[in-house]
Amino acid sequence: MSNFIFGRYLPLNSVVHRLDPRAKLMLSFFYIVLVFMANNLVTYGILIVFTLAAIFASKISLGFFLKGIRPLLWLIVFTVVLQLLFSPAGGHVYFHWAFINITQYGVVNSGYIFIRFLLIIMMSTLLTLSTQPLDIATGLSSLMKPLRWVHVPVDTLAMMLSIALRFVPTLMDEATKIMNAQRARGVDFGEGGLFKQAKSLIPLMVPLFMSAFNRAEDLSTAMEARGYQDSEHRSQYRILTWQKRDTVTWIIFIIGFAAILAFRRW
Amino acid sequence: MENIIEVKHLSYRYGKEQRPALNDVSFDVHRGEWLAIVGHNGSGKSTLAKSLDGLLPFTEGTVTVDGLELSPATVWQVREKIGMIFQNPDNQFVGATVEDDVAFGLENRQVTREDMIPRVKAAIEEVGMHDFAQREPSSLSGGQKQRVALAGIVAITPSILILDEATSMLDPLGRHDMLELVSKLRRDQKLTVISITHDIDEAANADRILVIDDGQLVQEASPAEIFALGEKLVDLGLDLPFTAKLKAALKKRGIEPPTNYQTMAEMEEWLWQSLSNT
Ligand SMILES: Nc1ncnc2c1ncn2[C@@H]1O[C@H](COP(=O)(O)OP(=O)(O)O)[C@@H](O)[C@H]1O
Ligand SMILES: [Mg+2]
Repeated sequence: MSNFIFGRYLPLNSVVHRLDPRAKLMLSFFYIVLVFMANNLVTYGILIVFTLAAIFASKISLGFFLKGIRPLLWLIVFTVVLQLLFSPAGGHVYFHWAFINITQYGVVNSGYIFIRFLLIIMMSTLLTLSTQPLDIATGLSSLMKPLRWVHVPVDTLAMMLSIALRFVPTLMDEATKIMNAQRARGVDFGEGGLFKQAKSLIPLMVPLFMSAFNRAEDLSTAMEARGYQDSEHRSQYRILTWQKRDTVTWIIFIIGFAAILAFRRW
Repeated sequence: MENIIEVKHLSYRYGKEQRPALNDVSFDVHRGEWLAIVGHNGSGKSTLAKSLDGLLPFTEGTVTVDGLELSPATVWQVREKIGMIFQNPDNQFVGATVEDDVAFGLENRQVTREDMIPRVKAAIEEVGMHDFAQREPSSLSGGQKQRVALAGIVAITPSILILDEATSMLDPLGRHDMLELVSKLRRDQKLTVISITHDIDEAANADRILVIDDGQLVQEASPAEIFALGEKLVDLGLDLPFTAKLKAALKKRGIEPPTNYQTMAEMEEWLWQSLSNT
């Protein structure tokens, strides 16, 4: 669990860390589009260079990255093998048995899928490693603002998201405390069959939920006492400011986009 | 003396409960005083505190805060005048960081960002947390979180501060620091303080003590009068101070200690003297 870095934040001082979370979020989506547009060696080459450059700019070591991604490798390998064995006929057939076909088309395709997967995971890991959850939340709610026009309660959602993030460590601590307390009473966590393991979670989940509900009630009282009425009629202390580096990053991405358009197989 | 809060015949019942949590409570709070409210767990102290801030919709009685009678129409104006700190430091920390949390009350009041920035900074400095402004709550101690809660209140400059067992989850040192801070804020900001507590030192700070039992106001007295009760303090819902426990233990061994309330230092002095006499 501890070397599982996907979704964690690594505080460093780099230009990638300092980018506006809105820019990073939008570029991450844009990047996925790019990954799906690439379809030959040159375009994938461009993307790999791109990704390595981004990781380099973040000052996070590549080794740390690869080690962290390792747990996800099984998922990738599984998908690639499926693709390899069951892809539709096309090109030269290398191997055929019952309904299993290994074809030239399948080999090339699964190679691409492998690279796609890897690239997308690398970039999204880079996003979370270089951006605080809170900033991701702020960025997301800022990007969702236009949805106000169709009466999506964006501000309330943002408030909920930020409070949820705020309470993650509190509840984690509490879960650890409860687990220790229950262990002292002889409960085994993570042992035995699936059913037994699930059952051993009950003495954890019940007190955890009770406490979470109590906290929620306390919190709502405290918020009301502090003048909270609704999320729409509030001013904002934390704001995001678009910097020159955000524009520059966008320009680099657009150049990459143009290159991929130029070199991809149409 | 002018009254900042007047409570008249206040009663409250939770849902379909048989017993009222508050039963015909009347009292006044003087402007600028420090009022302590003591009583057993479940005696109705928190219910009373929430009623004063309009957090519970009481049906019987009236509460007047700074000349405003509490009603659905005035509740937000009343909340401008009252800052409340609750027991659990974690469950009132709303913001993602210290700064954000202090700003929360200002955001609710739609203060512009330009006004907010200096006010947040000043409030954080006032409670001595300037080195922690960017910290997340999970990296703060309980006492530090309560300081941040105080900063959130300082930022909105109310005239009344209500502490509902705000020090009860802190260690002795955190408790002591918090009380010092409250005393300082009270002086600087000219606050009226209402503190609900089991802590004898906190109650000793007060000008006046109200004792509440089973939803009713049973006694009103000065700290000196209350502490003269000695071991009977426990019956009022106060934790017996160390000196009182010591006296009880001495009595059991046939040593007769003085009966009036004594600080630690006075007790030590007395012990030295009686030991050297024998
Ligand atoms: N949300 C609630 N619903 C029902 N009963 C409650 C609720 N909160 C408190 N009570 C009851 O009201 C009485 C007073 O509670 P409270 O004001 O919290 O006491 P104190 O703060 O003095 O410990 C208690 O008997 C308690 O069980
Ligand atoms: Mg209480």
